[in-house]
Amino acid sequence: MNDLKKFKEDVGKEGFVAVVGGKTHWEVGGALNEDIRLVFAPTGIDAFDPSEMTVSVKAGTKLKDLDQELARHGQEVCLEGFLETTVGGALMVGRDGIRRNRIGSVRETLLQAEYVNAQGELIKAGGPTVKNVTGYDLCRLLVGSLGTLGLIGRVILRTRPRPEKSVWLQGELRPEEVRRMCFQPSSLLWDGEATFVQLEGYGIDVDLEVSQLKSVGFEERGNECPIKVPRFRHKFSNRSCLDGGVADIHSSILYTNTEASIPQYPEEVLCLGAKVRDTFDPTGRLNPGRDPYKAGP
Amino acid sequence: MANKFFKKKVHSKQDDQLFRELCRNIGSERVKRDGASQLLYSRDGSAFPGGIPGIVCFPETTQHVVDCIKAANRHDRSFVPRGAGTGLAGGAVPCDAPLVISTTKMNSILEVNYEKQFAWVEPGVVNLDLTKSLSEFGFHFAPDPSSQQSCTIGGNVANNSGGPHCLAYGVTNAHVLAVEVVLPDGTLVQLGDIDGHMSGYDLRGVFVGGEGTLGIATRIAVKLTPNPPTICTLLLDFMDVADAAKTVSAIIAAGIVPAAMEMMDKRIVKVVEEFVKVGYPTDAAAVLIIEIDGLSDGVRLETEQIKKISLDCGARSVRVASSDIEREKIWKGRKSAFGAVAQVQPGYYLHDTVIPRTKLVEVLEEVYEIANRYELIVMNVFHAGDGNLHPLLLFDPQEPGVMDRVLLAGEEIVQVSLDAGGVLSGEHGIGLEKKRFMENFFSKEDLAAQKLVKDAFDPDGRANPFKVLPSGASCSEVNHLSQLPDGAWV
Ligand SMILES: Cc1cc2nc3c(=O)[nH]c(=O)nc-3n(C[C@H](O)[C@H](O)[C@H](O)COP(=O)(O)OP(=O)(O)OC[C@H]3O[C@@H](n4cnc5c(N)ncnc54)[C@H](O)[C@@H]3O)c2cc1C
Repeated sequence: MNDLKKFKEDVGKEGFVAVVGGKTHWEVGGALNEDIRLVFAPTGIDAFDPSEMTVSVKAGTKLKDLDQELARHGQEVCLEGFLETTVGGALMVGRDGIRRNRIGSVRETLLQAEYVNAQGELIKAGGPTVKNVTGYDLCRLLVGSLGTLGLIGRVILRTRPRPEKSVWLQGELRPEEVRRMCFQPSSLLWDGEATFVQLEGYGIDVDLEVSQLKSVGFEERGNECPIKVPRFRHKFSNRSCLDGGVADIHSSILYTNTEASIPQYPEEVLCLGAKVRDTFDPTGRLNPGRDPYKAGP
Repeated sequence: MANKFFKKKVHSKQDDQLFRELCRNIGSERVKRDGASQLLYSRDGSAFPGGIPGIVCFPETTQHVVDCIKAANRHDRSFVPRGAGTGLAGGAVPCDAPLVISTTKMNSILEVNYEKQFAWVEPGVVNLDLTKSLSEFGFHFAPDPSSQQSCTIGGNVANNSGGPHCLAYGVTNAHVLAVEVVLPDGTLVQLGDIDGHMSGYDLRGVFVGGEGTLGIATRIAVKLTPNPPTICTLLLDFMDVADAAKTVSAIIAAGIVPAAMEMMDKRIVKVVEEFVKVGYPTDAAAVLIIEIDGLSDGVRLETEQIKKISLDCGARSVRVASSDIEREKIWKGRKSAFGAVAQVQPGYYLHDTVIPRTKLVEVLEEVYEIANRYELIVMNVFHAGDGNLHPLLLFDPQEPGVMDRVLLAGEEIVQVSLDAGGVLSGEHGIGLEKKRFMENFFSKEDLAAQKLVKDAFDPDGRANPFKVLPSGASCSEVNHLSQLPDGAWV
């Protein structure tokens, strides 16, 4: 039996069920109900063609294993996570990392998904090509759905060229000023005092911008993020108090060590979201207890 | 203008009541049902003969749209949203006398925030008008369909439209942060947010590309893209189409994602050159237009790399535009392609499929073979960088039986694209045109899963019925593409 068929049978047609990935974001969206069958998604890279810039990978594959394979061909995908995070987990949580400005958003990355629906059928959503408007874009709904609409077994992801050079700098200039000086920096963080900029691209381009930033007092800080980015995500606006946290200026997220409060959504949004969940999973068997509207930003 | 479908038009008593109610609610100057309006709104840019529109409304505010939809619901009428009507898949063709809700009078740019790089616009804003209004501040709206002089942002959102520069920048979905939508039951809701991070289900993401079947967008928050500091445009010419296709794959494999990578084959190059005289090499088998942008040193580096790759792959020459005027000239040819083909034959049918870029050579060969077999002229001008084919079938609509051949050839083109591992549409959408092929790509279960989206947004099936998903029932007036309407994009 192939991996996907086995996954489909593991999920089955009835009973509460959830997929265990690397458990690196297990708490997102609330705790699972008790008495839930836990299943594992299959693992492995099925096909990677660098000249298509797509990779077909099973959902249980660890991000670090995928990244290693893509790196051998100078490419990467825009999924960020921890050491044990799986491809499926990163997609189901759907959070963009701090390099979004360069590598794009998680929701742009999923081209095709094969998932098991609430009825236990294997469904294909999207398509294998980098451009596609064939029918409703179910992949968009799956990203960030915390496995409440279907459990993904295999996906095709868009890949991107890895930058030739990547460097972090730290300085005092306000992030807005840095944004004006640099052409699309990959990351732009601010801790209330210092600004941290990640520049990526061709060496010659990066070097030029590095020297410009140095002329206004920035210092090079190597190619790893020089500041520890805390774990919990909050919405960030100009008026937010940083409270020891780190702000991601591009995506207006504030990372702190205190758990985020759940944003309030308008009634109509919650109502439409509930309708979507009910139509996809009328018996509520997929990841019961989890709620994408309780996942925070 | 003859349109045999109009003979079926009915003015029922119920219509009269709905008409009066609409006039009362949104103002009689915004409601029309005269023959000329109905004829005008009976079709779009596709080859589909006109459907039958019911009453045509021109709301100017979100509240007007809510009023229109609520009135339609009270009278058990469906509705079809409509932008500029340039869609090529029949998405805006009215089926079974729905209310046509035109957004052309909702055409204001409401708010522009250069600091946070977004703008709120009304759906009827014309794509190019938005970009023009941003240009002096150093920004643009990245999706640039060839129809950008007339198509609306609402239409772009509904069709998730693309354009030459979507290769590096992504299609419309990547540039829409939030949409205010009137749902088919009249509820007003905002999907997505300005910061563009996930919150709950990505309902915004699925609404984009919903082809007007999930509700009407009444305000759209679009992302503004900073104009790149340096742009370089190259014109490459090849004596063999296969070499041009090989170049496309080799560039991507080298880790270069140009801003645009467009291919034109010999026939279209010749026709375009005769039409606009921009200096294309008319003896070439194919040309590639490649644009790179970014910081100047990187652009210079990529230009050199592309030159080398293409010469290695068999390019005869590589011309690098040395001025803005030359750049514009190179693009002018590409942008005039649709106008130019009218010089050859009065009718054309523009296809749209996507294939893996590594399959370009074999699929193009099959496309030529199919057209030959059906005795049709085919020209190819397309987004080679993302494998998005646009075979143009040329013909004389007056020739008896020609439409059958056009349709059969089109069907085969779609099938060879699917056989090569491709998909049905890259940017025009499914509309009425490709519904019948959906089962060739998706299983019954896959389609049932898609239907759930429609059921959640529009359980009563009122928004733009008969589009996208193949269903038991079909639009009775436009079931067959048997005759071509005058002046349509054929
Ligand atoms: C010469 C030519 C070249 C073209 N080139 C390209 C190209 O390069 N790339 C590309 O992607 N397309 C292209 N197109 C197709 C077309 O222009 C696009 O699909 C465009 O986005 C349609 O916009 P519109 O305003 O004309 O929409 P319409 O044709 O009026 O409507 C299209 C669909 O959108 C729905 N709709 C419209 N407004 C709304 C709204 N506010 N809310 C919800 N639904 C709505 C309609 O119901 C319909 O289903 C081309 C067309 C022509 C004629």
